[in-house]
Amino acid sequence: MSAQIGPQVITSRFGLSESWTLRAYLGSGGYEGLRKALTMAPEDVHKATLDSSILGRGGAGFDAGRKWGMLRKAEPVYLVVNGDESEPATFKDHALIEADPHQLIEGALICAYAIRAARVFIYVRGEMALGLERLQSALNEAYEYGAVGANIFGSGFSVDVVAHPGAGAYICGEETALLESLEGKRGYPRIKPPYYPAAIGLYGAPTVVNNVETLSNLPFVVRNGSEAFHALGEGASRGTKMMALSGHVRRPGNYELTFADVTFRELIYDPALGGGVREDRALKAFIPGGVSAPWFGPQHLDIPLANEKIAEAGSMAGSGAVTVMDETACAVRAAWRISRFFHRESCGQCTPCREGSGWVDKVMRRIEDGNGREADLDLLMDICDNISPGVRWPPAQTTICVLGPSIPSSVASGIRMFKDEFLEHIRLGGCPFPPDRLRASLAHA
Amino acid sequence: MPETPERGAAVNITLDGRPVVARAGEMLIAAAERAGTYIPRFCYHPRMKPVGMCRMCLVELKGPRGFSLQPACYVPVAEGMEAVTESPAVKKAQDGVLEFLLINHPLDCPVCDKGGECPLQDQTLAYGPGETRFVEEKRHWDKPVPVSSLVLIDRERCIQCARCTRFAEEVAGEPGIDLAGRSDATEVANYPGQPYDSNFSGNVVQICPVGALLAKPYRFRARPWDLQQVETTCTMCALGCRVAAQSSADEVVRFLGVDSDPVNWGWLCDKGRFLFEALNSPRRLSYPLARRAEPVGNGSSGARAPLAEVSWSDALSEVVTHLAEARGDRIGVIGGARLPNEDAYVWSKLARSVLATDNVDAQLGDGLPADLVAGLPRATIDEACSAPLVLLVAPDIKEELPVLYLRLRHAAREGGTKLLEVSPAATGLTGLCAASLRYRPGELAAVARALSGREKVTADVAGVPAAEVEAARALVASTPGLVVVLGRPSLSESASGAAQAGLALAELPGVSFLPALRRANVHGAIDFGLAPGLLPGRVGLAEGSEWFEHHWGPVPAQPGLSTLGMLDRAAAGRMDVLVLLGADPVSDCPDRALAKQALEKARFVVAVDAFENASTAYADVVLPAAIYTERRGSFTNIEGRVSWLGQKVTAPGTARPDWMIAAEIATRLGRDIGASSLDSVWAEIRRVSPLHASVEPDLLMSYRGRDGVVVGTDGTGAVPAEVSPLDPMAAHGISSAELHPAPPGELRSQLHRALGAGPVLTEGTPVPPPPRRIGLGDLEAAGTSGLPAPAHRAGASASPGGVPALRLVARRPMWDGGTLVQESPSVRELHPPFTVALHPDDLARLGAAGGAALRLVSRRGSLVAPVVGDKSVSPGTALVPFNVPGAAVAELVDAASDWTEVTVERLEAGS
Ligand SMILES: Cc1cc2nc3c(=O)[nH]c(=O)nc-3n(C[C@H](O)[C@H](O)[C@H](O)COP(=O)(O)O)c2cc1C
Ligand code: SF4
Ligand code: SF4
Ligand code: SF4
Ligand code: FES
Repeated sequence: MSAQIGPQVITSRFGLSESWTLRAYLGSGGYEGLRKALTMAPEDVHKATLDSSILGRGGAGFDAGRKWGMLRKAEPVYLVVNGDESEPATFKDHALIEADPHQLIEGALICAYAIRAARVFIYVRGEMALGLERLQSALNEAYEYGAVGANIFGSGFSVDVVAHPGAGAYICGEETALLESLEGKRGYPRIKPPYYPAAIGLYGAPTVVNNVETLSNLPFVVRNGSEAFHALGEGASRGTKMMALSGHVRRPGNYELTFADVTFRELIYDPALGGGVREDRALKAFIPGGVSAPWFGPQHLDIPLANEKIAEAGSMAGSGAVTVMDETACAVRAAWRISRFFHRESCGQCTPCREGSGWVDKVMRRIEDGNGREADLDLLMDICDNISPGVRWPPAQTTICVLGPSIPSSVASGIRMFKDEFLEHIRLGGCPFPPDRLRASLAHA
Repeated sequence: MPETPERGAAVNITLDGRPVVARAGEMLIAAAERAGTYIPRFCYHPRMKPVGMCRMCLVELKGPRGFSLQPACYVPVAEGMEAVTESPAVKKAQDGVLEFLLINHPLDCPVCDKGGECPLQDQTLAYGPGETRFVEEKRHWDKPVPVSSLVLIDRERCIQCARCTRFAEEVAGEPGIDLAGRSDATEVANYPGQPYDSNFSGNVVQICPVGALLAKPYRFRARPWDLQQVETTCTMCALGCRVAAQSSADEVVRFLGVDSDPVNWGWLCDKGRFLFEALNSPRRLSYPLARRAEPVGNGSSGARAPLAEVSWSDALSEVVTHLAEARGDRIGVIGGARLPNEDAYVWSKLARSVLATDNVDAQLGDGLPADLVAGLPRATIDEACSAPLVLLVAPDIKEELPVLYLRLRHAAREGGTKLLEVSPAATGLTGLCAASLRYRPGELAAVARALSGREKVTADVAGVPAAEVEAARALVASTPGLVVVLGRPSLSESASGAAQAGLALAELPGVSFLPALRRANVHGAIDFGLAPGLLPGRVGLAEGSEWFEHHWGPVPAQPGLSTLGMLDRAAAGRMDVLVLLGADPVSDCPDRALAKQALEKARFVVAVDAFENASTAYADVVLPAAIYTERRGSFTNIEGRVSWLGQKVTAPGTARPDWMIAAEIATRLGRDIGASSLDSVWAEIRRVSPLHASVEPDLLMSYRGRDGVVVGTDGTGAVPAEVSPLDPMAAHGISSAELHPAPPGELRSQLHRALGAGPVLTEGTPVPPPPRRIGLGDLEAAGTSGLPAPAHRAGASASPGGVPALRLVARRPMWDGGTLVQESPSVRELHPPFTVALHPDDLARLGAAGGAALRLVSRRGSLVAPVVGDKSVSPGTALVPFNVPGAAVAELVDAASDWTEVTVERLEAGS
């Protein structure tokens, strides 16, 4: 295979012994980026980021350098690192935090320097116990080492970094809900306007919210220069992307890949990557960018992993979570599981999301259980239409955040791609696929 | 960045194809509403910040990529904005939201309090789908469950709009209810084990757009279509909130807040909302009472005959007999704050021109000198709430003028108003104050003098550290446009402290005052002359005697006595007749011993009241009065705002309005005081009281005049150019804003018909020039001479246990032992327990633990109370609630002293 698939930018320490310690980090070029950044003017660090074209890795794909440039001129400014990663099948930040917490801290400090942040908050999903522990000890080491806190490396620049555990809600990954949560409130996404945390963020102050992976790129960028980073990938999609591959593949896991170099086919079938569908079964469908994304079928396998290309094909790269379904997967059950997730995780503010998600969940479950009616398919599509008018991609948003418009994706994909399977459930009065192991185990629990 | 236009500036938008001028800063939903386009909504409330939760208000807005659905409730208008409120896309969205809201809704409308006035019903009918497509099982919750002693929740009906929780947190600052859970399992809940304790809980019931929140006093009481309604003014405190009083079968069953922009913004406190229960109490007086049987003994009070029902005729002739026998200066009229304006005027006239006494006082020694209230430059609520600095020299506003607390809280949090407090104990507003000066009780005037002074403060003042006083003084000095909320910070300090404070602060340039007197229409009583030395229209006796003699006939030459003076005189056996006008001095006068003794010693006591109370026990005759929604009239609030009181129900039995009683007494004394109807009274008021010359009662009764008019300021009598329309979603349940004028002749006095007489006018004599209103100059000239002289200062004796004597701080809680509260079954138990709060250090010095019983002894009396330690209480003071059932703090208070000192001793366990 032609693509370069080796660890290059952010996973270079994966596999090093005790890679999460300061010793291992310093032994592999750690904190050199920060030292260098501190010798530069903050504007130049910002410029390097702009020149690199680092699209946000948290899902929305917004250019990081441009985001920093949108900060309202006011003091103080905060940097909030989004490590809430709670979407099913997404586990790349998890790995980055556990394997290389110093890289994240260094990246966050570089950003903090560039935007002159008064404080950095790293919001980590509460269930990531090991990650939190490693991040906290890395912070302690970094403080002791002089990389964090007062007068960093004697540069005169000071900033504190606080690790904050989340309290168990997917919605707290949405940046404004995260800010509310950090402020000690319920994790409710904020209404817009104000449109961006860069205008009014944490405690009303201008705030940059960036994803763990987004910031983990910065030490490389500063150390090697923006050209080196920009040389990877094409179009706006530069650098590398961590792909979290899961589902019915032989080798699920995280793979750092150069943007645009690799196609989904390579990701799933390359022996060095996914290694093919398990038991050599036929590929039925795959979700290219997390459970919010519309599904792809075998005809989409040759799309390269680049944000624009995936968007052109009618879905999204999202956070880089690819889930593969083989021919034994029940489309109804898969779509139902995803709707159930959104039903549980809707924050409950917006009527269409709060009530629509529950309704979809109930109808989908009824179909999967064999109690569906043909009219349910139109009903489902219309409920979806009432959640996100047009049920199109990119979705129309009539709710406070985009969790709402994410609900229809899986259901609509399921119905559009596998209508017969839905009808078969209805005709048979039950699911034609092997029994649901997860549900059986849940029933036991 | 585009320039942001100034708030309120004209902004041109296109609404459904037509040009509309909106105001910068307002949300599209509000602009559309003013332009006559109603956008449906659930979560939006014009008095709260938008949350955008229900998504009912989606409209199409034109953006760079064409039209898209956006929420009208939180999109601010912008120049050139194009909005479409009716289109297939909008219709589909509205349909969808309503269907979503209904899928889990129980639809038990037939047994729901809200059924018939429910925004969910109404908007479903107007905008929703005809049928449901939902065949799954609905969500279930236990229901209803209490969230407080007054409010229950049916979570199945809740549509998660967060109106209630926002009110609790954002408006009232009491986040006792909050949203819990997630997604469609979101519920409105208490924190575990903590009821939603709030003085304002009824508001959440009113603004809930469905029947999820239910008020105990109303639950299952009526169906909306059976309700009749009149708009009126709340008379439970002196703020004068606008309310809709609703009745079913001639019984008041519910009060709803009406949004009066200058006053209450639609909010009510629970006292104002729920005390209507007292109107329906079986203990209401319906017939006159008198002591009929011959006393067995020799007329000693112990052997007095019990009160028994008699006819009006018998009762009145007994009253008149005693009045006719008494010399004017031996007659005293105590009370009148309960009376509407017209009644206060007629009683004021009766006392002066018929009974020949100036011994009239609507206050019970628990207020402020009336000339001070009348003479200080007055601020409006709006002026206070937009002032850069408000100085609180007042009792706990949250307890005594509750909705003013909401307004001040809003001003402090959302506006640019700074609050500064001078109080011997923490109040509900302390947390919002830039500083709160804790002075030693009794030494208020010194603090006020320091604050209004030009000199730098270098020494401690009244126990307040010099630096704190100086910082506050500097703030006051550097902030023009100060508004002072002036009242009695503690009832166990004499009135003179607050009065002297007021006079000292009046010297600040540009200062104005909002008097914090709480009792109902006390300002109407003052403005219509129920105060010694004050004639109607805030006119001093000397200034006004010529004018009033012209209109009324002779008036007393010498200023009369205040309530405390009358009680003193009566206690000395030198009062022949005491008239208690809706007053209960035994409960409300800070000096209970004096009140009791006075009533015992007075030769004859007549009470005009709605209930028997601690003072009517001493009365020889009790006359039943029609109160509140049983009669029409008008009301004057703390600003001097005159607003209309509507009648909704008939008074019990033969109870009648106070003004009629006065007119009848006059007639029986052979005089006609010209009060034949409210109309005739008003006609005379406008002629006689320059302050009220421009007030038009017809206007007050109309839609445009419903906010009332403020008298006594530059804009006297001005009516707002625009009355905000009632937002049907914010004020649902209020069917119309219109007032129901009383049928003609309804209030005609029988006497008037018999006599056919008009007002007395001394014809032929030249009309003297109208008198001048009392003003700051008069107050300064008089100084504090009219005030009760500061009497003795108690020496600091030490209590057993080494704790020096403590200074008492006594304040009224909202729920107390007052008659109306105690006659309202739903709220009578809500008063705080009787405890005495001490600073933990004082507690430690006493060797007592919280809960221990303490005996408080003053030179007037003693009381036993459990003690609590409270860090917010200043060392050296003891904080007690005034007039809670079972404990008469007034027994301790020495009203003649600057402060009341108590010694404290710990009772042995079990004693
Ligand atoms: C429902 C929802 C969940 C989200 N969860 C995450 C998350 O777990 N981690 C994350 O980085 N971004 C998440 N996002 C995206 C964030 O809102 C935000 O776009 C991102 O943190 C910005 O960082 P980036 O620009 O570096 O990608 C989520 C968004 C939504 C709507
Ligand atoms: S769309 Fe859903 S998750 Fe997002 S704010 Fe609305 S209810 Fe909450
Ligand atoms: S209880 Fe009523 S006001 Fe409160 S959230 Fe529910 S529907 Fe809204
Ligand atoms: S604040 Fe006063 S006027 Fe307003 S509702 Fe309460 S008692 Fe009535
Ligand atoms: S979202 Fe606008 S009124 Fe509820």
